[in-house]
Amino acid sequence: MKGDHHVILRVVAKALIPIIALYGFYVHFHGEYSPGGGFQAGVILAVCIILYSLIFGIAPTMRAVTPGFARFIAGLGFIIYVGVGFWALAMGGNFLEYNALFREEAGGHIGQHTGIIVIEIGVLFAVAGSMVTIFYAFAGRVSEIRDEDW
Amino acid sequence: MTGFEGATLAIDLLNITLLTILFVVAIAIARLRSLFAIVMLSGIYSLVSATWFVALDAVDVAFTEAAVGAGISTALFLGAMVLTSRTAKAEKGATRIVPLLVVIATGAVLIYATIDLPGFGDPTSPANTGVGVDFIERTYPEIAIPNIVTAVLASYRGFDTLGEVGVVFAAGLAVSLLLGFGERSLGASVRREDRLTAPKKDEEES
Repeated sequence: MKGDHHVILRVVAKALIPIIALYGFYVHFHGEYSPGGGFQAGVILAVCIILYSLIFGIAPTMRAVTPGFARFIAGLGFIIYVGVGFWALAMGGNFLEYNALFREEAGGHIGQHTGIIVIEIGVLFAVAGSMVTIFYAFAGRVSEIRDEDW
Repeated sequence: MTGFEGATLAIDLLNITLLTILFVVAIAIARLRSLFAIVMLSGIYSLVSATWFVALDAVDVAFTEAAVGAGISTALFLGAMVLTSRTAKAEKGATRIVPLLVVIATGAVLIYATIDLPGFGDPTSPANTGVGVDFIERTYPEIAIPNIVTAVLASYRGFDTLGEVGVVFAAGLAVSLLLGFGERSLGASVRREDRLTAPKKDEEES
């Protein structure tokens, strides 16, 4: 954070990062109606955190989103996804058979909708957490990226 | 010239322009030695590919390419580049010719294979008469969400997507295990510094 020649970059990033995060959530929750879904939303949210760390430094980012939290989210997402599969098993259906989630009659859609929404949350968590973890593993090995490194 | 022919001509021009940009960027990536420029150009390559996928009506693929190829890959390559040197070593004679021949041979085989493929948007192609029509007819009555791609990915092929998520998770785990998420990573030292600086402030106050 030495020198002031990145001031434009920092001001623009400060304005853009919340919009990128909001767009990520839009992509996630609008995935049933428009292109996108948990995977793309997870990547966009991860990019949002990575952009912050490229501009404001990795140490402040690691204080905000700790590496442990990123790993926890990645594992939790995968467990949520698998959990829906076992939920369907427990209700007497096949693995990931969403129609069995609430033991609906034929033609009901609540199970399908719930299943898709829950697994998309799992995908979002797993992808965002894994991407941030990978970035931390690379970027965390150097304390500060100097200007002459670019 | 009718309106339909004009639209076809415009799409052809767009395709040719985008493919030419892709070709130029690919040649530039192969010729350059500066890793930073290569990383940036590969991001541009992904972005132009994504634009081209939109022109081919594959919006979901384009979205993923833009987010993953141009977004996260570029950021991860930048992170990896910081750990290594800034320029690639120049190849010697034989190592330049052999890959070129391999690429030309593979390209010729792929172009030969496209002769058998149906034309773009051909209504009688297998994709447009078999499984594609089936999904369009069945998705709304069975799942009742408008985006067929999401329905296919999350419900019909839920098992497949579970595998993909597992692969992404495994990749994160493998990179952390290889590069270290314990004492050697910055995360640990950030937490140590926090612990070290916290008591100091107390001493100054007292």
